[in-house]
Amino acid sequence: MTLHLQTEEKQPLSREEILQPHRTLENSKVRTEDLDAWYGNNQVLKKLNIEVREHSVTAIIGPSGCGKSTLIRCLNRMHELVPRARTSGRVMLDGSDIYAKGIDPVTIRRRVGMVFQKPNPFPTMSVYDNVAAGLRLNGERNHSVLDRAVQQSLELAFLWDEVKGDLDKSGASLSGGQQQRLCIARALAVQPEVILMDEPCSALDPTATAKIEELIASIKGNYTVMIVTHNMQQAARVSDFTAFLYLGQLIEYGETTSLFENPVEELTERYLTGKFG
Amino acid sequence: MNFEKLLEGLKHPSSDVFFKYGSLVFAASVVGVIALSMVVLVRGAFPALTSFGFRFLTGVNWDAAAGFGALPYILGTLVTASIAIIIGVPISLGIAIFLAEMAPDVIKVAVSNIIELLAAVPSIIYGLWGLYVLRVWVANYVQYPLQNSFGFLPIFSGTSYGLNFLTAGLILAIMIIPTVASISREVMVSVPVSQREAAYSVGATRWEVVRMSVLSYARSGIFGAAVLGLGRAVGETMAVTMVIGGATGASALPTSLFKPGQTMATILVNQLSEAESGSLQLAALLGIGLVLFAIAFGINIVAQLLVWRVLKVQAGAVE
Repeated sequence: MTLHLQTEEKQPLSREEILQPHRTLENSKVRTEDLDAWYGNNQVLKKLNIEVREHSVTAIIGPSGCGKSTLIRCLNRMHELVPRARTSGRVMLDGSDIYAKGIDPVTIRRRVGMVFQKPNPFPTMSVYDNVAAGLRLNGERNHSVLDRAVQQSLELAFLWDEVKGDLDKSGASLSGGQQQRLCIARALAVQPEVILMDEPCSALDPTATAKIEELIASIKGNYTVMIVTHNMQQAARVSDFTAFLYLGQLIEYGETTSLFENPVEELTERYLTGKFG
Repeated sequence: MNFEKLLEGLKHPSSDVFFKYGSLVFAASVVGVIALSMVVLVRGAFPALTSFGFRFLTGVNWDAAAGFGALPYILGTLVTASIAIIIGVPISLGIAIFLAEMAPDVIKVAVSNIIELLAAVPSIIYGLWGLYVLRVWVANYVQYPLQNSFGFLPIFSGTSYGLNFLTAGLILAIMIIPTVASISREVMVSVPVSQREAAYSVGATRWEVVRMSVLSYARSGIFGAAVLGLGRAVGETMAVTMVIGGATGASALPTSLFKPGQTMATILVNQLSEAESGSLQLAALLGIGLVLFAIAFGINIVAQLLVWRVLKVQAGAVE
C-alpha cells in the first residue's frame, strides 16, 4: 500500500511514516484500523487501514467486487445488517471506536448518513415527510423547526426550487435525479457529520449527475463526504482524495490529482488506464 | 365472444387459433359459472323477494305466518366477521412481523410451517374444538366474569353457555390467522432491502424500520391479506354453525355478545335440508344466499379498487 498525502504546507511523507500503522492525521474524521469484513466465509476487506480527512471529499475507486461498498457500509454499521456479515478491527469516528461494546449502531447512523446507489425515497411519504423522516425519529415535533430543516436540506440538495410547490406530493412522483437529491436532503436533514455515498449517480443521466456533483462540492465545507464511484472522471472531478481498492486491500491512497497524474503503484496505473477493471 | 370467428378458427385448425379460442372458452367459463349461480339464486329467491320486497332485508321475523326477514343473519355475519378481523388481524400482523423481521432462521422456518399447517386443518375440527373447549373458556373466563361485573349492560346480557356471537367470532379469528399471517409475511418479505436501508440510514431502530419502510410499503398487500381474511370469515359455515347457538327470528339479532345467533351461512346450512321445495322459506333461504353472494362480491371489488389505488402510488417508486 502506498500513501502520499501531501498538502501545500506539508512535506511528502517518508516511506517509514507511510508504513507506520495507525498513524493519525491531525484532522482525521474517520480512521479504520485493520478492518476486516466478511460475508459468510467470503472475506471482502483485508486488514484495511484508511484515514479520511474532515471536510473533504474522498473517492473510493476500484473494480467491481473490490470491497468499495463494503468499506463505506462498515463506516456506519450498515454492513452488519446483511445476514451472516461480520467485521473485525476498529473504525474510529472522531477518535472513538464505533464497534466498541455498548455502542448503539442507531446513534452511529445518525452521525454518519448514507445515500444509496438507487434512489430509495419512501414511496408512501410526501416529499416533506421524506426529508423530515429522520428528524421525526429523533423526536422533533415542532412544526416550525421541521419546516426550516426541510427547506434548508432541500436547498442544500439543490431541490428546493423544483419542489417547493409540491411538498405534499409523493416522493416517488419525482424524476430519478430529483429522487436522488431528495435522498441526499433526507440524509442531510439529520445533520450528520459524515455522508457516505454509494455510487449515487450510477442510475442517473449526465445532467442529473452534474447536479449531484455540484451539490457535493457545495456541501463539503460542512461535511465529510466519502463517495464510491465506478466513474473515474467523476472521482477526479469531485474528490480531494482518492483511494484505490483491489481485492479488499487498499492499494494506493492520496490526493486525487497526484494519484491520477502520477500513480505510484503499477496496479493503480493499469486500472486508471483501463487495462483491467 | 364471436362465435363465427371461433368456427372459422376450427375450420383452419392452425394450433395458434385453436389455442387462442380454446383458452378463451375456459376463461369465459369462469364468468359463465358465476353468472349461472347468480341466475339460480335470483330465480330461487324470486318468490321471497316479490312478496317481501325491501322488507326482506330489514325484516326480523322468520316464520311462515309473519314472513321472512334476513336482517338478523346479515347483522350476525357482520358482527362475527368484525370480531374476527378486530382480533385476528393484529395477531396475524404480529406473527408476520416476527417471522419477516425478527425471528432467527430456524424459528422462522418452523413457525411458518406450523402456520401453513393451521390453514390445512378442516373447519369441522375447529368447530369441534370450539364446541368442546373454546366455548367453555368463553363461558367461564369471559362471559360470567363480565356479566358479574357489567351484566347490566345490554351488550353483555344473555344466558348462553358459551354458544354465542363472541365464541363464533373468536373461532373465526383463529381460522383467518393462517391466511392473513402468511400473506402479510410474504408481502413484508418482498419489501425491497433498499427501503429498509433507507430507514436504517437515517437512524431508525428495528421497530421504526418496520413501521416506516416495511409496513407502509407493504400496506396494500397487508390490506389485501386482511380482506381475504374477511372473505373467509364471512363465508365460513361449519365451525360457526357449531358454536353460534342457532337462534332464529328476532332473538337472533346480535344485540349482545353472549346471545346465541346465526349468520347468513349458518342459517342456510341449518335450514336448507328441512325447507320444503316450493316453500316461501326455501325462497327466503336462497334470498339470503343471494345477499351473501353479493356481499362477498362487494368485499372483493372494494378490496381490488383500494389495492389498485395504493399500487398506483407505488408504481412511481424506483424498484
